[in-house]
Amino acid sequence: MTNSSTQICVVIGASHAGVNFAFSLRKEGWEGSIILFDKQTAIPYHRPPLSKTYLTSGDDAKDKNVLKSHESYTKENITLQLGVSVKTIHREAKKITLSDGTLQQYDKLVIATGARPLIPDIKGINNAINIFTLRTIKDSEAIRNAIKKGGIKSALIIGGGYIGLEIAASLKKMDISVTVLERENRILDRVTTQNLSTFFKDLHTNNGVVIDTKKNVISIETHDNVNTVICDDGTRYNSDMIVLGVGIRVNTELAQEAGIAIENGIKVSAASQTSDKAIYAIGDCTYHHNPHYNRFVRLESVQNAIDQAKVAAASICGKMAIYDAIPWFWSDQYDVKLQIVGLFSNYNEVIVRKETGENKKLSIWYFNDKELLAVEAVNNAKAYVLGTKFIKGRKEINKTNLRDVSLTLSPSNLLLP
Amino acid sequence: MAKITFITSDNKTTVLEGSSGSVMQLAVDNNINGIDGDCGGVCSCATCHVHVHPDHFEKTGMPSDIENDMLELDDHVNAYSRLCCQIEINEALDGLVLTVAK
Repeated sequence: MTNSSTQICVVIGASHAGVNFAFSLRKEGWEGSIILFDKQTAIPYHRPPLSKTYLTSGDDAKDKNVLKSHESYTKENITLQLGVSVKTIHREAKKITLSDGTLQQYDKLVIATGARPLIPDIKGINNAINIFTLRTIKDSEAIRNAIKKGGIKSALIIGGGYIGLEIAASLKKMDISVTVLERENRILDRVTTQNLSTFFKDLHTNNGVVIDTKKNVISIETHDNVNTVICDDGTRYNSDMIVLGVGIRVNTELAQEAGIAIENGIKVSAASQTSDKAIYAIGDCTYHHNPHYNRFVRLESVQNAIDQAKVAAASICGKMAIYDAIPWFWSDQYDVKLQIVGLFSNYNEVIVRKETGENKKLSIWYFNDKELLAVEAVNNAKAYVLGTKFIKGRKEINKTNLRDVSLTLSPSNLLLP
Repeated sequence: MAKITFITSDNKTTVLEGSSGSVMQLAVDNNINGIDGDCGGVCSCATCHVHVHPDHFEKTGMPSDIENDMLELDDHVNAYSRLCCQIEINEALDGLVLTVAK
């Protein structure tokens, strides 16, 4: 390992991926400088609560929401440069230009630029009032402050994905009347199958949220502090607040302009290295190979950010590292905890298991013939944990027993001898 | 204020003081090896697994159902396992000794 104390590792983006990378790099023995840049001014924070507890509980949650304390950065000698964005990567000179025009040298560069909310091309969207996206702590605070100011009784959420549904649950908790508009035939269309979509539709409906599907928003008219959202079938919705949750755009521009290979994100190797050997990329912005499923994926999750960060850190410190994680994910809505492990696409069989007598305990098991691909577990951590173990070990499942809810979920009941 | 002792897998002992928040947050803020808290403390990731000193198990109490389920199949689970994101710091925890699970 050529790691003298004079080397500089620069990280662009200080969220889950960038911050975990910096601390992992130190842990792996990097003796040189570590400098983290982020255009945001807030100390790096956990993003998942922004649509959940952070949105509903307010400033009390601020300290709890910090990824690492200021002291941790000092202790590990990690330099955090907030409120600074990176304009250009000069690969040949191994330098970056910062927003204030200064140049920063690097020996290793890590791109953890993540993604940004997609703003759909809807007529009148720029004139709408109280319209928000939710990605940053500022977004979450802006929604909360708008509600605190009073006068907001109704909210329209455009997009029935996880983020939209989590916001719906949170706003409902804050006594706002909520409608979710989804363009497809069902909510969560892109990320799961009918089974889970139906579960969440019922959950939200039972909690008083209106879910309207096949609603393609084409324009927004705003008069007298009220937005009217108009769909292509002519339906109109009045709303004091609009939250957009229609997906993301990956922040690949910086890498692309520097001539780094892009394919549905920044293309990286198993060690998270880009097409430039001195430059790595981690987190939401990467397109990478998943060895277990033997396919290329781009994942938007905390798990992916953290695990890829660890692999990049080990690799930069000269260790053999391969990113080979089974993806996992969670979502909390109302009193329901959803935990997902694995990638379900490619499935040809689904087994839905509803535990008896236990409210809402549900697990959905996806198979491709004999191979267990993924498990979606609702209020059922046991199914999630078992699924994780079985998928990792490529275990063969006794499907008859899995369907039989009189048998408890356990390895002895579920595994074929 | 509660003094909490962490023993990590490299047999290093660290004594920390906390007055609020979860034991996981205290550990993460002080870079305790083996406590990651990846999910931010919502019992979703099981990266904050500790073994409570048997004499102190009364102080922390038993794990919740979901916590039990998350831990049950862990290779290093024992009768005193907890996910420390689920342990809120208060005065009563003073003197608590935790071994970070592998």
